[in-house]
Parts: sequence; C-alpha cells; structure tokens
Amino acid sequence: MSGYFVTSSEISDLVTTLTLKASIILPNGLKETIEEAEKREVNSLSKQTLQDILKNAKLAAEKNMPICQDCGLAVIFVEVGQDVQVIGGDFGEAINKGVRKAYLEGYLRKSVVIDPLFDRRNSGDNTPAVIHWKIVSGRNIKITVSPKGMGSENMSRIYMLKPADGVEGIINAVVQTVKAAGPNPCPPIVLGIGIGGNFETVALAAKRALLIPVGVRNRIEEYANMELEILKKVNALDIGPGGYGGETTALDVHIEALPTHIAGMPLAINICCHVLRHAKGTIEGKKCNG
Amino acid sequence: MAKKIQTPLTTKSIADLRMGDIVLLSGKILVARDAAHKRMVDAINDGTDIPFSLKNETIFYAGPAPTPPGFIIGSIGPTTSYRMDTYTSLLLESGVRGMIGKGKRSKEVLNAIEKYKAVYFGATGGTSVLLSNCVISVENVAYEDLGPEMVLRLEVKDLPLVVLADSYGGNLYDR
Repeated sequence: MSGYFVTSSEISDLVTTLTLKASIILPNGLKETIEEAEKREVNSLSKQTLQDILKNAKLAAEKNMPICQDCGLAVIFVEVGQDVQVIGGDFGEAINKGVRKAYLEGYLRKSVVIDPLFDRRNSGDNTPAVIHWKIVSGRNIKITVSPKGMGSENMSRIYMLKPADGVEGIINAVVQTVKAAGPNPCPPIVLGIGIGGNFETVALAAKRALLIPVGVRNRIEEYANMELEILKKVNALDIGPGGYGGETTALDVHIEALPTHIAGMPLAINICCHVLRHAKGTIEGKKCNG
Repeated sequence: MAKKIQTPLTTKSIADLRMGDIVLLSGKILVARDAAHKRMVDAINDGTDIPFSLKNETIFYAGPAPTPPGFIIGSIGPTTSYRMDTYTSLLLESGVRGMIGKGKRSKEVLNAIEKYKAVYFGATGGTSVLLSNCVISVENVAYEDLGPEMVLRLEVKDLPLVVLADSYGGNLYDR
C-alpha cells in the first residue's frame, strides 16, 4: 500500500496566506475591467465612483489593508485528493486555525456571531469558516478561499422556477433581482448564477460561479449567450456605480448549470460587489515512508 | 463643486443641501450599526440612559476593520442602511440630524427625514481604505462588548459624501 500525506500545519499556513491575499488584493482581470468601465461612463458621479474604487484597491495593496471593511464570512472550497492523508491534527480545525490567524494578525474585521437569533455575540476570530468539501482523484489538496461580504449576500435570491419558465423566465428573474437590489449591494457587481440541481446545490453552484475569472464565458454556447444577454440587460437598468446611474451595474455574469429533476428548474442568484475576493493554492501530498 | 459642511449639523447648516449634492464633511461624528441601534432604541423605549447625546448628531453606519499599528483606523466604509430603518424614526425624533450609509431607505424613514429636517448621506461602498484617510481621530464611546459594532466617535476631515435624501423630501434613488 502506498499513500501520501499533508500536514495540518501546511493547511493552516496556506489558508492564512490565501485569506490575506484575497482580502487585500483584487483578483486578476477585475481592475482592468473596472478601468475599461470607467472610460465608458459619462455621468460624473458614476465615473468618480469607479475612480475611487480603483484608487481604493491600489491603496489597499500598498498599505496592506483590507479592500473593504466587511471582510466577510470565510468561505472555503476544499478539493481533497482521495490518496492523501492529513496528519498532525483535524483537517477542519486546521482550516479554522488558518482563518483565525489571518483575521487576527491581518487586522481583518471579525463578523461572525455565534447564533443568528438568540445569541448574536461575536465569535471574536471570524470562525467558524464556511467549508465546502469535495473528494477528487489524486494526491493533492487544493484550497480556494473566497471571503464574502454580507451587503451583497443579503441581496442574493433563490427561486424555484418551473421548467416552462425557460430562458426568458431565468433572465427576467435575474434582472428583477438586480433591479430590486438597486444601490444596496455596492454596484458595480458580479453575478454568480446557479441553474438546476435542487434547493441546496443551486445556491452552491451560484457561489462557485463567482469564482470563474472575469471575462471567461461558459463553455456551452447557449449559456455563454445567456451570460452576455443578462449582462446587457442588467447594465441597461441605469443603476450604475454606487447606484448613481450609468451603464456599469454589473462587471460580469457567470452561470453554472447542474442536472436537475423533471419537475424543476431552481435558480440561485449570488450577488457580489466588485470586491470579488478569491485566492487559491495547492499542497502536494508527499509520499509516506514504508 | 463640493459643499463643505461642518458638524454638528443644524437645521440651518443643512438647509442648502439637496439630493445629489457632493459634500465634504468635517468634524465629529458617531459610528453605530445594527446591534448598537437596537441598544439605543431599547434604551429610549425603556426610559433608560444612552451613554452619549444624540442631539444634532450624525451617525455613520459602519463597523471598521481593526486598526493596524501605526494607523489611526482600519478600513472603514458604509454598511447598507435599510437594516437600520426599523430604528431610524425614533432616533431622528430623539435629535439625530444626519446619517451616513449606503443604499435605499424605507418610505417611513424618508418621511421622518423630511419631518425632523435631517439629511441622509451616501458614502461609496468598497472604498473603505480611501475613506479611512479622512479620519483624524477615533475614540471608543459605548457598548465595547459589541466588538466591531461598538459605538465610536470619529473626527473626520473632508469625508466625501453624496446627499441621498434631503430635508425637503428629495431622494436621489427616486430619480
């Protein structure tokens, strides 16, 4: 029997590094997309808002400060190779340890309360993280950290549509959701859209869609076309940067579709502001001796 | 052209402000958000004391990131204002004159802004490092057990804001 191992401290260290990186530096391509949008805007307040957002991102990187004060819930996607074993401690605790260190030592805001209703005391270190596990083939552990602020999360929606609602039904629901959200989620926004699956998997698909790099289209042509059509319709709503009007309401739209039931067409719309935090890294499993 | 405004705000000092105006705000303001609002309103309703005055105050809806060594304050920016709507009318009635946040307000709040001659400013979400540069000083005021939600007093210089709702019933998001 041969096997591979990764230590729990390697996991903690990677989670800390990725959490800090995601909280301080905008992901690749986003800055350029905002710069292009800034050139197109004509309304002075909307143009100023995009300029301020760009200035803010630059300052955050220079001063090593979080881009936004809402440093979010620490959402973490983990892909575990089935041939790897974690030694030196509990896997989930290793992740939380990495999150704790990043939020405490990186001067990130801690926003977790321990109970939603009866005990809204702050947990003090932004744990527990929201962890999504996936077992994959191989011997590596891949971790994506995507802390998510609540302002845009609060404007996100799930709809259990009918199969008969079709493409038009989906597009209308997305446009209505963005319209209702208006200035609240800090436009310009990015839309992660899940279609299909069931009640819980559609939400996760929408969240995963937010991890797709800006400008990358769905590999299925029909969905790619829908992404572009939604982007066009949403940007015609005249919400604009900061809600001050203009054509930059959304920077991009990503769809993830899932197999679903004959009777259903779930739709989840996860809204994210321009602070689309994510950073990923991989730990290679080392060969066990003997 | 930005209008320079100094706190404490008064009916007179905000009389010229109209929705859409760009304002550079200077002076002392309070920072309070969700949990602190609940405490203030519970105290008013119970007839107990709030450990600070609300008269002519401006409340910034925010919860800053912790202050790194050598800095005056960590990243600080507006949180979405509608969550404070439930508490706002009573606070305006109790003397609050200005609010700084982001996003839409309820009809009830907009009416109260007009009735009590107050003003609702918007700060740009997602620019909290930039906004932190306008903060000259910070002190803890109350409810320290709330952690990032405690009430602070800031002194700001030229904090860039937009008038979202004015004291005449004007509302920028109604355009």
